[in-house]
Amino acid sequence: MKKQLHHKKRYLLPLRAVAVIGFLLSMVGIMAFGLNKKTEPIAGDTKTKPLVIKKDSVASVKAFKQVYTVLMSARCMNCHPSGNIPLQGDESQLHTMSPQRGIDGKGVYAMKCANCHQATNTPGLHTPPGNPNWHLPPADMKMVFQGKTPRQLAKQLINPKQNGNKNMQQLIEHADDGLVLAGWNPGEGRTLPPMSHAAFKKAWITWLTTGAYAPKGK
Amino acid sequence: MINLNVNQKAYQVDADPNMPLLWVIRDIIGLTGTKYGCGVAQCGACVVHLNGEAVRSCVTKVSRAEGQKIVTIEGLSKDNNHPAQVAWNEENVPQCGYCHSGQIMSAAVLLREKPNPTDEDIDSAMAGNICRCGTYLRIRKAIHLAAELQRKESASK
Repeated sequence: MKKQLHHKKRYLLPLRAVAVIGFLLSMVGIMAFGLNKKTEPIAGDTKTKPLVIKKDSVASVKAFKQVYTVLMSARCMNCHPSGNIPLQGDESQLHTMSPQRGIDGKGVYAMKCANCHQATNTPGLHTPPGNPNWHLPPADMKMVFQGKTPRQLAKQLINPKQNGNKNMQQLIEHADDGLVLAGWNPGEGRTLPPMSHAAFKKAWITWLTTGAYAPKGK
Repeated sequence: MINLNVNQKAYQVDADPNMPLLWVIRDIIGLTGTKYGCGVAQCGACVVHLNGEAVRSCVTKVSRAEGQKIVTIEGLSKDNNHPAQVAWNEENVPQCGYCHSGQIMSAAVLLREKPNPTDEDIDSAMAGNICRCGTYLRIRKAIHLAAELQRKESASK
């Protein structure tokens, strides 16, 4: 009888082994499928390309110096003022009529940005430029460019507490933000930033993916 | 044809979608209370309400206003009895009067969003409305009075 039971156990053993192996294989399959879905880049889609950071302080600082010339140009800096009134024109003077930033960056009361700034540029020389989402950075995240040194600006741009909680991937994507692109479509009578958007984007991504180093100095 | 709702009345206008809303309001619909001042959103004479916001109709394409709610000075109140209109009258604010439909439309937005405005609020809200007669001090006084009238009105309800 005892022998019979022992024989029965030995008979069941391969079945159990097969079940365990089957379970393990199916888990490996599920995990492999999940991982594959997460990391496989889709051609031409920068959002799904895995972010590769290859630290190179020299290349990073060199790229940021290019980025800085664009960010400090009137087309970018005018909406990143040190005060609560936007700047205007190639000379970056205070905006006529002194519109205020407001809490959300979209103006106050009868002086909201979209009251004058339409979805597209208004035709004519020096008329209000347009964008469907025209605004300054909000009051709780002012992202000031005006008056910042290259080092200060670089540090501010990558600080999540100062950049709207953006991570590296979101910062890279921000190069294609609608309002950033509007800098290269400023309307009649306004100079363009000092390089093309493609060159800016390349420098921006190079700066970030080589470690986002801040230039030395103050 | 473009469908517009101006002062709670429906209009169908045959106009280029790029035509400034001001042209449509004045020349096609015939409501001439809204004025043309500069044509480049610098003076505020052409302010109307588009979904409650004080837009400058001289640079606003009529296509932006299609199907939206437009209010001009003629539709701000039933009997010219909006607190701002009453206060403007009470304080004898206008001199030549040309800019004042725009001034009142801007003030109405301020009074809705900040029922008890300070001088600073008034300056911030009204900085985009120019008055060549220089009636600014009377405008400020009238807005304070309008705020008071508005408070009394809502207290009596």
